Amino acid sequence: MPELINIRDLPTSVSERRVVVVGAGPAAHRFVTALRGRGDRSDVVVLGEESVAPYDRVNLAKHWDPDHDLSLTNVGMWNERTHLVTNAWVNSIDPERKSVHVNGETELAYDELVLATGSAATMPPLPGNDLAGVYVYRTVNDVDRMRANVEALSSARGPEKPPQAVVIGGGLLGLEAAGGLVKYGFETHLVHSRDWLMSSQLDEGGGRTLNRAIEQRGIELHLGQRPSAVLPAAADPSTVGGVAVGEDLIEADLVVWAIGITPRDELARDAGLETAPNGGVPIDTACRTATPGIWAIGEVASFDGTCVGLVAPANAMAEVVAAQLTGGDDEFTEIDDATKLKLHGLDVASFGDSLSRKSGTLDVVMSDPVEGVYQKLVLSDDARTLLGGVFVGDAEPYASLRALLGRQLPGAPKAYLSGGGDVPDAEMPDDLVACSCNNVTVHEIKQAVGQGCHDLASVKKCSKAGTQCGSCVGLVGKIMTKEMEGAGLEISKRLCEHFELSRPELFEAIRLSRLTSFTQVIEKIGTGRGCDICKPVVANILATAFHEHVLDGGRDGLQDTNDRALANMQKDGTYSVVPRIPGGEITPEKLAVIAQVAKEFNLYTKITGAQRIDLLGARLEQLPQIWQRLIDAGMESGQAYGKSLRAVKSCVGSAWCRYGVQDSVGMAVHLENRYRGLRSPHKLKIGVSGCARECAEARGKDVGVIATDKGWNVYVGGNGGFTPRHAELLVSDVDDRMLVKVIDRFFMYYIRSAERLQRTAPWVESLEGGMDHLREVILEDSLGICDELESAMGDLVADYRDEWAETLNDPVKLARFTPFINDPQATDETIVQVPERGQVRPATAGERVMISVPTIGIGA
Amino acid sequence: MTVLTRKTHSTAVETLTWTPVVEEHRLERDVGAAALLKGRHIALYRTWNDRLYASSNVDPDTGASVLSRGIVGESGGVPTIASPLLKAVFNLETGECLTNDELSVETYPVRVVDGIIQVGLDF
Ligand SMILES: Cc1cc2nc3c(=O)[nH]c(=O)nc-3n(C[C@H](O)[C@H](O)[C@H](O)COP(=O)(O)OP(=O)(O)OC[C@H]3O[C@@H](n4cnc5c(N)ncnc54)[C@H](O)[C@@H]3O)c2cc1C
Repeated sequence: MPELINIRDLPTSVSERRVVVVGAGPAAHRFVTALRGRGDRSDVVVLGEESVAPYDRVNLAKHWDPDHDLSLTNVGMWNERTHLVTNAWVNSIDPERKSVHVNGETELAYDELVLATGSAATMPPLPGNDLAGVYVYRTVNDVDRMRANVEALSSARGPEKPPQAVVIGGGLLGLEAAGGLVKYGFETHLVHSRDWLMSSQLDEGGGRTLNRAIEQRGIELHLGQRPSAVLPAAADPSTVGGVAVGEDLIEADLVVWAIGITPRDELARDAGLETAPNGGVPIDTACRTATPGIWAIGEVASFDGTCVGLVAPANAMAEVVAAQLTGGDDEFTEIDDATKLKLHGLDVASFGDSLSRKSGTLDVVMSDPVEGVYQKLVLSDDARTLLGGVFVGDAEPYASLRALLGRQLPGAPKAYLSGGGDVPDAEMPDDLVACSCNNVTVHEIKQAVGQGCHDLASVKKCSKAGTQCGSCVGLVGKIMTKEMEGAGLEISKRLCEHFELSRPELFEAIRLSRLTSFTQVIEKIGTGRGCDICKPVVANILATAFHEHVLDGGRDGLQDTNDRALANMQKDGTYSVVPRIPGGEITPEKLAVIAQVAKEFNLYTKITGAQRIDLLGARLEQLPQIWQRLIDAGMESGQAYGKSLRAVKSCVGSAWCRYGVQDSVGMAVHLENRYRGLRSPHKLKIGVSGCARECAEARGKDVGVIATDKGWNVYVGGNGGFTPRHAELLVSDVDDRMLVKVIDRFFMYYIRSAERLQRTAPWVESLEGGMDHLREVILEDSLGICDELESAMGDLVADYRDEWAETLNDPVKLARFTPFINDPQATDETIVQVPERGQVRPATAGERVMISVPTIGIGA
Repeated sequence: MTVLTRKTHSTAVETLTWTPVVEEHRLERDVGAAALLKGRHIALYRTWNDRLYASSNVDPDTGASVLSRGIVGESGGVPTIASPLLKAVFNLETGECLTNDELSVETYPVRVVDGIIQVGLDF
C-alpha cells in the first residue's frame, strides 16, 4: 500500500465546528453527502476502520468480481474540509472532553459526534469457528479472503470432485452467499434453524415456495436444525473439514456464517452511553442519543427498541441528522423494512406486516405451485387498507404495492396479484414514497419529468430514485411515462433554455443571416448568454458555415474542452492524442515517430477500433510539444476530439488481397483526406470494403462503401455503439466520381438538417419517408439543392487547414496550454498514474484516496 | 499521545486572506483559467458582463482538477460553469450544482486591486 499521511497531520480545523463520524459505511457516506448538499461548512472527519473508502455493502455480492467497483464516493467529495481517515479504529469516546481516541494513540476533539458503526456479522462461540475456511459475509475483505480460498480450492479439486460449502443461515444474506458459491461451482448446503427460508420475512406458504425454488437451484437444504460444531479436516487439522448438524456430518471445504447481525454498540457501552436491551444505541426521532452532542445513524441506531439491518432506514437517519445539524427539524418516524432478495432470476420480496402479526388482518393469497409463484396481500379487517405483502417467484406487483403500504387500495385486492385482472389505472398519490432507499416520492419523480427529464436515465439522475437497490426502477418508469402522457408531452426540439429553435432551424438562420459570432447569434435569435449545450452547437455550425478555425475569433470559449485543447479529455484531466492515419495506412517511419513520442512522454498506447493509434495520458502542457513532433514527421490532427469526421476504415483491398475487386485502401485514403476536419452534429465514420466479404465492417458506419465488380455500393445510416444498426443501401454500382458526389450530398444534407447529437441512423429514421425520401433528395434532386450541397462541401474541402499546425503557429493559442495562469512552470500534481501491464493508467478513486495529498489515511 | 484541538476563529471574515493571482487583463472572457494558490487549485472565470468568480478547480464528480476548462455559461440569469468531464453544471455565485444536488464546489470571493485579481482564501 502506498505511504499514507498520519492522522497526526490532520490539519487544524478551519471552521467553527468539527463533526466527527465514527464508521465509514453507507450511513456515514449518506450523512456527509447530505450535510454538504445543505451547504454546511463544518469540518467533517470520517473515521473508518476498514482500509477502503465507503462502499455499497448492499451489493457486496458483486465484489465476487474483484474488478467491480463498489465505491460510493467520488474522490472530489473528500477535500480540505471533509477528511476521510481509513484504517482508523475508534477505540474510545470521552463524552466529557468531547473527544474520541483513534487507534489507541490519537485524540480528536469533536463538537458533534455521529455514531455510524453499523453491525457485525454474528458468529456463535461454537467449537471450530476459528478454523481456516470459516467466514462471515459482511465486508469486502471477507469476500476477498473467500474468493482467494475458493479459487485455490477449485484449482486443487479439479472438475471431477467439486469443492463443497456449507452456509449457515437461510435469510437474505445466507441465500445471497449460497447463490454466489453455487456460481463458483461449489456443491452448496444451507442450514437454517426454521422450517422455511427467510422465515423473518415470509409466511409459511411463501417460505415453502422459496424452499422449492432454492432446492431446484441445486442447493441442499437442512431445515429446522442448528449446527453443533464445526470440525477440522482430517488431512489438515487447522482447516475446516465439516459441520455437525444433528446426527449428520456435512463435509465442507468452506463454511459461511450468515445467521444475523449484531449492532456495533461496544464503543457506546464502554463510554457509558445508554444502550438498548436488544443491542444498539437508542435514538429519538431526531436521531439524537441520550448524550448531548452524540447522534446515531444506520444499523447501530436502535429506534423503538430495534435495530434494522437495511439501508433505507440508514439513509433516512443520515438525512435527518444532516438536517438537524443545519437548523432543520426533519424527523425519523417510521422504519421501512421492505426487503427484496437479490438472487439472479428469483424474485422474492416482502414488506409491511408480511407475517400477518396484527390481529384481525385478512390475507388475499395467490399460490401456483406449478409455476412456483406465491403472492399474498395483508389487508385490514375491512379488506381495504394494505398492511403488507409477500411475493415469491414473481414480484412484479411489489414495486407499486409497497408504495401503497398503509393506504386504501384503489381497486379489488385480487387485481394486484399476478393474473388477477387489470389494475385500475388510478392516479398515484403524490406523497407516496416510490424509492425508499433514497426517500423519493411520486411527486418528486413527476417534478423531475416537469423539469425536462424525459427518459429513465435522466429521471433517475435528477430525482435519485432507483439508484441504490434498483427494485423500484420499473415503478419509476411507469410514473414517468404516465406523467409525460398526461402532460401531452410532445418531445420538444428546443435546443436549450437559450434557443427556441432546433439545431437545423438554427443552422439555416445562421447561414442565411450570415451571423458569424456567438454574440451576434444569441442576440439576434436567442436569449440570455448561452450555456454548455448551445455554445458548442453554435461553434460547430459556425465552423461548417464559415470555415473558421475552431479557436479563432473568441470561439474557444464556446467549445467543449475537447475542442478547446484539440484533444480528448480523459477522466483524470489528462488528454489523448490521435494523429490522423488515413485509411489505416501508415509508414514504418511514422509508426516509429509515434512510438518515440509515446515512450518519451510516457503515454499509454492503444490501437483504436478505427485503425488508428491512441496515445493517452498527456498533460495539457505537453500537448503542443507532442504535436510539434508529430507534425514535423508529417502527421496531422485526427480530430478524434471533435464532432466531426473521425476515420475511414478499410480492408486491404485489390492491391494485395486475392479476393479484392477495388482498391479499398486508395478510396479510403481519398475519402478521409476529403472529409477530414468536417464538423457535424455528431461524429461521422466511414468504412470502405474491397469486396462483398466486407472485412472493413463498412455497414456499421455512417457511410459504408462496398466494392462491386462494376464500382461501389453506398450504404448509409449505420452505427455501432449503444443501438447498433446496419447501414442501408442508398445506391449501387456508382463510379468513383459519383461516389464522392453522393457522399458530399448526404453529409451536407445531414449536417444542415440533423438535431444536436443526432447520428445519421436516427436522423434517417426521423426523415419523413426515410430512405425513399433520402434517395429522392440525393439521387433525383427532388429539392433542387444538390448543386448547392456539393458546392458547400467543395468550399469546406478547399478551406481545410490542420488545426494543430495552426495552433502551434499562434502564440496566443499556445498560451492556453498552461495549467496554471499564475505559475507557468507548475504542473498538476494531483494527476496520479499507476503501472499496469507494462504501461500506465490513471489511479482509481480508491487508489487516489490513499495516494493523493488532500485526503488523509493512517500509516501502518 | 497527540492531541488535536480546534482552532477557533472569531468570525469568518477576519480569516480571509486576499491573495493576488494575475493581472486582470490576462483572464479572457468566458474562458476559465486555473491558478495554484497556497497549494490549492483554484479556478477563475470572467463572465460576459466582466464579473469575476473563483471556485475550486476540482471537479467533484471525478476529483480531476479541470473545472476551469469547462464552458462558462448562464442559466436563468445565474453565471455557471459546466464541468468538462461529466457535464455537471455549477452556479458560480454559490457553488451549488444545478444538475445534481449531491455535488457542490467551494467558491471564493474575488476582487481587483490596482489591476490585479485577488482571491479571498479562508485557509
Ligand atoms: C451481503 C449483504 C447484502 C445486503 N443486502 C441488502 C439489501 O438488499 N437491502 C438492504 O436494504 N440492505 C442490505 N444489506 C444491509 C446494508 O448493507 C446495511 O444496512 C448498511 O450497510 C448499513 O450501513 P451502516 O453505515 O449503518 O453500517 P455498515 O455498513 O456496517 O458500516 C459501518 C462501518 O463502520 C465501521 N466501524 C465500526 N466500528 C468502528 C469503530 N469503532 N471505529 C471505526 N470504524 C468502525 C465498520 O467497519 C463499517 O465499515 C446487506 C448487507 C450485506 C452484508
